[in-house]
Amino acid sequence: MANTLFVRPETLTPDPFHYCPGCGHGIIHRLVAEVIDELGVRETTIGVASVGCSVLAYKYFNFDMQQAAHGRAPAVATGIKRVLPDRVVFTYQGDGDLASIGLAEIVHAAARGEKITVIFVNNANYGMTGGQMAPTTLPGQKTTTSPAGRSVDQAGYPIRVSEMLATLDGPAYIARVSIHNPPQIFKAKKAIRKAFETQLRGTGFTLVEVLSSCPTNWGMKPAEAFSWLEKNMLPYFPLGEYKAASGVSQDD
Amino acid sequence: MKILMKGNEAIGEAAVLAGCRYFFGYPITPQTELLEYLSRRLPEAGGVFLQAESEIAAINMVYGAAGAGARVMTSSSGPGLSLKQEGISFLAAAELPCVIVNVMRGGPGLGGIQPSQADYFQATRGGGHGDYRLPVLAPACVQEMVDLTVRAFTLADQYRTPVMILADGLLGQMMEPVELPAAPVNELPAKPWATTGCKGRQKNIINTLYLNPEELEAVNQRLQEKFAAITKKEARAEEYLVENADIIVVAFGIVARIAKEAVKVAHAQGIRAGLVRPVTLWPFPEKILAAAAARAKAVLTVEMNAGQMIEDVRLAVGNERVHFYGRMGGMVPTSKAILEQIRKIGGIVRGKYAVRPA
Repeated sequence: MANTLFVRPETLTPDPFHYCPGCGHGIIHRLVAEVIDELGVRETTIGVASVGCSVLAYKYFNFDMQQAAHGRAPAVATGIKRVLPDRVVFTYQGDGDLASIGLAEIVHAAARGEKITVIFVNNANYGMTGGQMAPTTLPGQKTTTSPAGRSVDQAGYPIRVSEMLATLDGPAYIARVSIHNPPQIFKAKKAIRKAFETQLRGTGFTLVEVLSSCPTNWGMKPAEAFSWLEKNMLPYFPLGEYKAASGVSQDD
Repeated sequence: MKILMKGNEAIGEAAVLAGCRYFFGYPITPQTELLEYLSRRLPEAGGVFLQAESEIAAINMVYGAAGAGARVMTSSSGPGLSLKQEGISFLAAAELPCVIVNVMRGGPGLGGIQPSQADYFQATRGGGHGDYRLPVLAPACVQEMVDLTVRAFTLADQYRTPVMILADGLLGQMMEPVELPAAPVNELPAKPWATTGCKGRQKNIINTLYLNPEELEAVNQRLQEKFAAITKKEARAEEYLVENADIIVVAFGIVARIAKEAVKVAHAQGIRAGLVRPVTLWPFPEKILAAAAARAKAVLTVEMNAGQMIEDVRLAVGNERVHFYGRMGGMVPTSKAILEQIRKIGGIVRGKYAVRPA
């Protein structure tokens, strides 16, 4: 009898992802789903989908979901968690949603130490609207609203969300990971698991920033996009744990 | 037993008695006492008070909490309500029950902190983007701040809709004796649609996105059917001396209370004036008003704005007979000034009683 090597996590519905070929959301959705399965919390989890490519996450995750207004997912998650403190509550947000229009909500949710988890997908552009400049777009990076490349004189500098939030006392766990190759994907999953475990311990706000690719809007083949991420995004957005309060297991 | 309470605090206490255990808000004059009261009262009642970073965050916390099945409230005043509109549109679309309080102040812009009714359009036309309405209740005294707050929570759950309490700075700040509900609400209606964790059932989704236009039109049709049901069943108004009235004064909230005095004095002076006070601004009690004004020669709308409710009055009784008197910017009309308007329209002219056309 053959061994089962690959199976859809119970936490993912059979709906096929609508994401573009090579998009990182599919991988990151799966990592979240595997962690929820492994922790056995599918039936007590409430997710919050945000505006952007991943707004349809409520279709793919097989647990209760709320879909929030643009940037407001941390506020919505706050409302849910305050009513249901024993449930697992998390948001899934992109960089335009979290680091631009929703900056106040994420900073204050972090500062309050809301016992939620935030999966923050940073792919350096607004994906759903067709590749506009985001707060995480790199200097010189071409987008549809920075056609000559992001000019720091005119548009300023990218925001390093993990570093910024790590200066606050509310967060218990903050890490930046990437999914540009399989070893990094394993590390990303570990960080996501730590974030959810920290939430279960109730010690504070948790966030995992996942560097991801957007081949369609970057105008690259999927493999090229991961190489571009590694070469260009990693130097600006260094990987690592930015906050791991005492009590969080440091197993690597 | 009656106790003396400030309007803003009375709303807070009534909310707690109505089973509300969650409040998310932001300070703004003239509603801040409501925030302060609940910051003390809710933890006592085993609930959560949270001062949000903004009005935008507050209304979205309400969205999350309402979606999780709780009775929840937020409050603000003019500029803060403008910020909440995006969230209110989402609440209406997702059919999430909650109560939103607007203790109105003078606008536009930062305006002032004195009482006003200038947010009537914003409140009754939906306020945010998309086709929606929400029930708007207009108290005229502190007792009604209590009664209508309790009513608002019932309506919100019954129709799965946000409900607005539209008060003003005068009502919010004044103190009056009130009778609180004898029995607090302990059992809340079941909300099988809420996102509470999917144990033992299919997953629940709170959503406002429908990319397929046919599906979105069907959602809109369902919402419109609900709005039609509310319009049919929930319109309320208070009537005073309307029988055989030649002049019907229409006013809501604190202005109606001032107008009532003017109507009473006019009556004593031999002018057949009556008052219709809409208690629900949406749905507007157009049938009650139309019936009361059926034989009247003139209708006088009095508002603390440049004339907003007058549009609903005209839709109810037609254009011809409708007069208007308003004060703006936080100025409150006196009963003497309203009486003067009534006398102008329907006074004694050359020894004969007459009603002037609009």
